[in-house]
Amino acid sequence: MGVQIVVFAVCAIVALLGALGVVFARNPVHSALGLVATLFAIAVLFVNQNAQFLGVVQVIVYTGAIVVLILFVIMLLGVDTDEDLDTEPLLGQRWAAVIVALLLIGGIAGIFFVEGRGEAVTGQVAALAPIVPGIPSTDAQGNPTTAAGVDTFVRALPAEQQQAIGEQNITQIGEHLFTDYVFAFMITAALLTIAVIGAVLMARRPKRYEPMPELEDTSYEDVDELSTTGEVTG
Amino acid sequence: MNVDTIDLNAGYLVLAAMLFAIGAAGVLVRRNPLVIVMCVELMLNAVNLTLVTFSTMLNDIAGQIMVLFVLVVAAAEVVVGLGIIVAISRRRPGATADDIRVLRG
Amino acid sequence: MLDAIWLVPALPLVGFLVLVFLGKRIGEPLSGWLATAMVFGSFVVSVLMGLSLLDAPDHTFELSLFSWIPAGDFQVDIGFLLDPLSMTMILFVTGIASLIHLYSIGYMHGDDRFPTFFTYLNLFVFSMLMLILGNNLLVTFLGWEGVGACSYFLISFWFTKDANASAGKKAFVANRVGDWGFMIAMFATFLAFGSLNYTTVLPEAPGLAIGVATFIAVMLFVGAVGKSAQIPLFIWLPDAMAGPTPVSALIHAATMVTAGVYLMTRVNPLIAASYEWVTWLIAGIGALTLLVAATIGLAQTDIKKVLAYSTVSQLGYMFLAVGSGGYAAAVFHMVTHAFFKALLFLGAGSVIHGMHDEQDMRRMGALRKLMPITFGTYVIGWLAISGLPPFSGFWSKDEILTYALNKSPVLYAVGLLGALLTAVYMGRQVFLVFYGEPRWNDPIPEDAPATAHTDDADDAPVDEAAHAADAHDEHAEVHPHESSWLMTLPLIILAIGAALIGFINIPFGDLDFLTRWLEDVDDLHANEAHLPYSSATILLLIIVSTVVASLGLALAWLTWIKGVLPRSLWERRFFLKAWYYDELVTRFMGGPGRALFEAIAWFDRTVIDGVVNGVGAGAQLAGRGLRRVQNGYVRSYALLITIGAILVIAFMFTRLLVR
Repeated sequence: MGVQIVVFAVCAIVALLGALGVVFARNPVHSALGLVATLFAIAVLFVNQNAQFLGVVQVIVYTGAIVVLILFVIMLLGVDTDEDLDTEPLLGQRWAAVIVALLLIGGIAGIFFVEGRGEAVTGQVAALAPIVPGIPSTDAQGNPTTAAGVDTFVRALPAEQQQAIGEQNITQIGEHLFTDYVFAFMITAALLTIAVIGAVLMARRPKRYEPMPELEDTSYEDVDELSTTGEVTG
Repeated sequence: MNVDTIDLNAGYLVLAAMLFAIGAAGVLVRRNPLVIVMCVELMLNAVNLTLVTFSTMLNDIAGQIMVLFVLVVAAAEVVVGLGIIVAISRRRPGATADDIRVLRG
Repeated sequence: MLDAIWLVPALPLVGFLVLVFLGKRIGEPLSGWLATAMVFGSFVVSVLMGLSLLDAPDHTFELSLFSWIPAGDFQVDIGFLLDPLSMTMILFVTGIASLIHLYSIGYMHGDDRFPTFFTYLNLFVFSMLMLILGNNLLVTFLGWEGVGACSYFLISFWFTKDANASAGKKAFVANRVGDWGFMIAMFATFLAFGSLNYTTVLPEAPGLAIGVATFIAVMLFVGAVGKSAQIPLFIWLPDAMAGPTPVSALIHAATMVTAGVYLMTRVNPLIAASYEWVTWLIAGIGALTLLVAATIGLAQTDIKKVLAYSTVSQLGYMFLAVGSGGYAAAVFHMVTHAFFKALLFLGAGSVIHGMHDEQDMRRMGALRKLMPITFGTYVIGWLAISGLPPFSGFWSKDEILTYALNKSPVLYAVGLLGALLTAVYMGRQVFLVFYGEPRWNDPIPEDAPATAHTDDADDAPVDEAAHAADAHDEHAEVHPHESSWLMTLPLIILAIGAALIGFINIPFGDLDFLTRWLEDVDDLHANEAHLPYSSATILLLIIVSTVVASLGLALAWLTWIKGVLPRSLWERRFFLKAWYYDELVTRFMGGPGRALFEAIAWFDRTVIDGVVNGVGAGAQLAGRGLRRVQNGYVRSYALLITIGAILVIAFMFTRLLVR
């Protein structure tokens, strides 16, 4: 138990710092590095929650593929110049962003704690497909098994069985992915193909090269009252 | 009932909410389209973290599978998004998100 | 086999679609041939259908193609009802239409909008077939409006002339009054029966409250009056002669104008379920129309106008038959009339063509030597319409007169007088056009009672001649000539039909094939009046009407060939002006009518338009305000999305806290 808390605390700090780095770094390369930090921390948190498979996938797909791709584009386009963060052309956009962000944190976190832990959000408590096999779906009082119940159960197991839960996780994801969710799974294949074709089409250098019609200079004169409407109370 | 465990789950959720909010703020504040894409990724990851936490809390594997799908969609989104950014940058080098505003009322 | 009935309207529709999109490209002769082929194919299919229908149970077949309007209780299918009545109709409609299509290829030769003409013609045939074949009132109404629209297009086909355009508008407006009646009747039918299908509605008609049945029947009759040009809505048909002559033959003589008679025949159970006075109304209107139109026909100088009023008059006969309970007789006359009137119109077209677009009969004469085929066929049509045995018009008119006598001697007398006048005005026309001295280059006699051309301002607008009126001066010499085979072949075929078609229904023994064929149509037979006459009486009536017709022809001969009787005896200004009916309408509409319309227009402008424009202005105002939201900045949009997300969360909070 103690280990889990420590891991959580460290990773949470790393993740938050990385996220702040993404937002505040002037250079997009630095932003990308911050993103890598956050993603790694989240991967560790996945493992910490008995989601070993997702942890691995997170590292491979996100940090290994997506961020590298982003970095690649940054280098390709040569946009690794600093962005002027001292000025904000859109009037009130920053204040609005801060307020909105605070409202989001308050709102989302608040809703978790208004009543119970998550029932209001997820709308269901029933344990349909156990992450950890062998757990009864209801406890002694007939209430649905809570996360705490799961954790207690897992911790009571012998060490080698606890280790086996990692393998169980992968097996179970595979089973459900290729039975209950097989249709969605096949759709994602089509989605990825379409995305690749679309990306190729868009990034292709057109035969007749037509520069985008030159716009008038980005003047910010007509963006006044709109952005100040950010003060919406949640 | 183990009080520590409850707090830990709550911690995951609060962390996810914070990451989500930071990402949203980034989308609102930054002008470099690439950074905006990164902030969107941040938000998606916050959602993933929430889903895994729920999966643990409810003892239901479906949440983790959902994360898998989010991953796939995120990958597709990044590919297409970067394709658009490349296409735009080729025609107007150095364009920021504010420069691309032909479609307006 | 009968399932293929949909092909009958589908073929002209295909022709129409092809011509709409490719007509210009297909070009002059070919587009006409395509249209003709489509209609002829439709005719062939109709014949095959007719042969199959002989074996069908009750000689009736219903086919529902697909659900057209499925709205709750209101279910309407696109469906066809094939029974002896619709079978008879589609046979002569497609048959005559193919001949007229063929004729038009010759007649419209050289016109700039040749393909367009055939596009309209095909659309017309399609609509007409839908009208006839529809198995419910709404499909019939679809065809009803379709033929109306085509009629409008074709009357004002040469729309560059003001007169033609306004003639089209006149037809449109007059028809609209009738369509209003049809629509009200449809609403009432749905309210009363919950259905529009003939096979559902008509068998239930006898159980209907008599007042409701009367209301529906009268409203349908209003529709029929508009479409079939009866008093008081007959004014549009003579003006419709502004269209090309084949159109006059096809639409304004042979097919479309008989739609009203068809409708009345179709809904005969409703008429039977109504008060007695409805039949008197129908018969009375018919009798009045046939007499008035015949007198007007006496004095017209335009060759097509004579035929137009003659058509109105013959339609009056058909309504007289319907009102007298002679439904089969009405259908019979519809068929024979289609043949001989199409023949006469096409013959007139041939004359006009040969005379270089001259339409005034006072400038014709002595054409029988120069146009032998046209003359020969025209004479057959003339004798048929005049009612001389054994030509077709004789049999059908005589049967109608028999029914009229059964209804009331007065109606019989009116019918007989109409027959006399018919013989006179048709005799006058033939004598003026084909006999006497050539007057091709004479000036129009200004002192004559008839001065159609100069009176155009207040008399009804006219003629395709008008579009070539300037040509008169250029072609000082007119050399009449016979038309090409494309035009004479249909004439010959129609002449054979006009001569012989009467033999399908001879009122002796077992020779009344048509009447027996039509017995299977819903309640037609039960609702027919049953004649109490013996064969001897019928023979006597036949002799009487033959004598009357011969007398009429003799009078015409004495007047226009021998000159024994003064022409002014017939050619009265009152008749030429169509009883001043147009002026009357104009005066009313210009005076009290106009004030009323102005009031309605004012209400429409201020109140109705005010509401509509107010809604529009409101939307515009809101749009002007909301336009600012679309400022083009992605980040502003993102902000709005985030605000929306926060609002959703806020909503969830309210649900949680309330709980």
